[in-house]
Amino acid sequence: MNKISIIIKREYMTRVRKKSFIIMTILAPLLMAAIIIVPTLLMVNQDKDFKKIAVIEEGTDLFKDVIKNSKTLEFVYLENVKLDDIKNSFEQAGYYGVLNISPELVNTPNAITLISKKQPPISDLQYIESALEKEIERQKLMTYNIQNLDDIMKNVDTKVSIQTKKIGDSGEEKSTSTGIAMALAYIGGFLMYMLVFMFGSQVMRGVIEEKTSRVVEVIVSSVKPVQLMLGKIVGIALVGLTQFLIWIFLTIAIVGVLKSTVLKKADLTEVSQNVSKSLMTDGSQSAAATQPTTVNPDLAEFTKMFDSAMNQPWGLIVLSFIFYFITGYLLYASVFAAIGSAVDNETETQQFMLPVTIPIILALMVAMGTMQNPESSLSFWCSMIPLTSPIVMMARIPFGVPMWQLAVSMVIMVFTFLAFVWMAAKIYRTGILMYGKKTSWKEMWKWLKYSG
Amino acid sequence: MALFEAKNITKQFGTQYALDDVSISVPEQCIFGLLGPNGAGKTTLIRIINQITGPDSGELFLNGKKLKPEDVMSIGYLPEERGLYKKMKVGEQALYFAQLKGLSKAEAMRRLKYWFKKLDIVDWWGKKVEELSKGMQQKVQFATTVLHEPKLLIFDEPFTGFDPVNANVVKNEILFLRERGATIIFSTHNMESVEELCDNITLINKAKTILEGNVDDIRRQWAANEYDIVFEGDVSLPGNGQFSILNKLTENGKSTIRLKTTTGMETNEILQNAIKLGKVMSFNPALPSMNEIFIRVVENRN
Repeated sequence: MNKISIIIKREYMTRVRKKSFIIMTILAPLLMAAIIIVPTLLMVNQDKDFKKIAVIEEGTDLFKDVIKNSKTLEFVYLENVKLDDIKNSFEQAGYYGVLNISPELVNTPNAITLISKKQPPISDLQYIESALEKEIERQKLMTYNIQNLDDIMKNVDTKVSIQTKKIGDSGEEKSTSTGIAMALAYIGGFLMYMLVFMFGSQVMRGVIEEKTSRVVEVIVSSVKPVQLMLGKIVGIALVGLTQFLIWIFLTIAIVGVLKSTVLKKADLTEVSQNVSKSLMTDGSQSAAATQPTTVNPDLAEFTKMFDSAMNQPWGLIVLSFIFYFITGYLLYASVFAAIGSAVDNETETQQFMLPVTIPIILALMVAMGTMQNPESSLSFWCSMIPLTSPIVMMARIPFGVPMWQLAVSMVIMVFTFLAFVWMAAKIYRTGILMYGKKTSWKEMWKWLKYSG
Repeated sequence: MALFEAKNITKQFGTQYALDDVSISVPEQCIFGLLGPNGAGKTTLIRIINQITGPDSGELFLNGKKLKPEDVMSIGYLPEERGLYKKMKVGEQALYFAQLKGLSKAEAMRRLKYWFKKLDIVDWWGKKVEELSKGMQQKVQFATTVLHEPKLLIFDEPFTGFDPVNANVVKNEILFLRERGATIIFSTHNMESVEELCDNITLINKAKTILEGNVDDIRRQWAANEYDIVFEGDVSLPGNGQFSILNKLTENGKSTIRLKTTTGMETNEILQNAIKLGKVMSFNPALPSMNEIFIRVVENRN
């Protein structure tokens, strides 16, 4: 036992002190934080991308001042200007583009053109389209001579934003967001895939290194091969866990710091904008009643997302992640160790890698499908089968998994990894001392049955 | 008394015999040569002694008692291919191996200092192994092998990679270790070093023992009535049916003749006859080199 701990210590220390480990450990959370923070920054900062658009009608003034200015778009209605007059000069005049509305628009949906030098973003087009659609609807309704049409219109102008809530076993409600669940499922599944693969192949490389440098002969004259294999696997697992824990703490810290500074800035700009917008939002009394302070839909959306992110079962996610990382890693690492022991150099691993990679890739694909349909039977079975369950289960957990399923999956996992370690040890014991022979699966099967 | 004994060891890989009923007996404080052509089964036997693999049948004894897993502490093994972690520092690595052999860190440190000084590799302590020359690496490995002061040392080709000076350093260390009570099993293809160092040998070929015993006895046995006589000037021996001439070389005013007696003539008788023929400069019973014996025995078998 004492010898295993000496081996674990060496495996751990030599890896943790490597420059690549230190760089990876610090860089990865920065990247993770960037993934979380950059969209937020984009959401807040896109306002600066301001466009002025000239609106002209040839002859009529049906749509004068119909399109209201938004945060990013300003519409200038030019009277008595023909398209030909401005076509070649609008850029010099400071316009992003020219919106040419024909009177036919009321009956012909495509009787409108936006001329610009660049391809306009789809969100701007949608904004213009919906403003005009509303106006045309209004104008059409007017022809029915309904009394108090304006009031009626204001009254029927409604907004819908679905708030999803998950009811827990004890009946408490929690705001959730499918988007957040999807993101977590994605991150969980993908991180699992990456870590298992990364550290699993480190085990393989370590075994090959020991075999090719013949260190293994020196060591197995002092310790049992299985002790060396387990020491290596456990040592590298500890490296993985160390890295993972540092990542969690650093990510939380970085996100926390950035969020507080970025969010504060965002709040200030929202306030000033809200003042100028208050007229517009007057109509939505019902919404205002429930959310008196948050008027800006972006910010509301954002705080909602933040809330629901906080409402995810973080403890469960992190604990299951650690469990599935350890067991999944042990399972794959033992396979990798067996492969490493059977070959003479890394290029020879190719033929053995494919069958090992297939279940992992399959798991990743099922995990992606799980985000669309967490309840599918494929997802269920793949979260039970031990070769795929670590990745698929991590993708399912944010959507909610019955406890019995989690328990069954974990029990299967534990028994399978024990079986795999046992088999790998037998192959490893023979493999590390075999040189210069091209090994096949059949050969490895024979080693499995050797005694002593 | 034999310090180490292996009795009737058999090991099969599939249908192939690696060792077929091989026995060795290594007396205490002896340097024992384990010889044989490539693929004869030497490495398998060494691995079995080290308990890296187990035999299919047969028994191993250390100090008259059955070999136990704990006995690896009493054995030091220097494998043929040097095994060191390339990226690890020399000192750390030596400490690691010493600890795996059961030494405490402090004790390992103390002994390493002694051996590093003795082998003149102190300056390399903080260097990475990959920065060392092959010979230097081998010295490091040698130090880690003998560090836990095992009763039985197994050296597999200990001299390859050394220049003559360092080979001599290591040779003297091996003799020194024997002096201090260690017993040494020594596997090599270098027959000169066998003649120089080994007391006893076993020659394995194709999984079977084909020659064993004390080196001097073996050489005498294989000498089989051969003599080297050196005459001054060109001397030719008349054939008389009592001996045959195996080889004759005349140069620098000397004739060197190797002859083999066929009737079991005594040494004195041969010498008396020789004196009549010319001026004898030297007369030696010709002991064949271990190299010759090796080649002859192995080729005979094949």
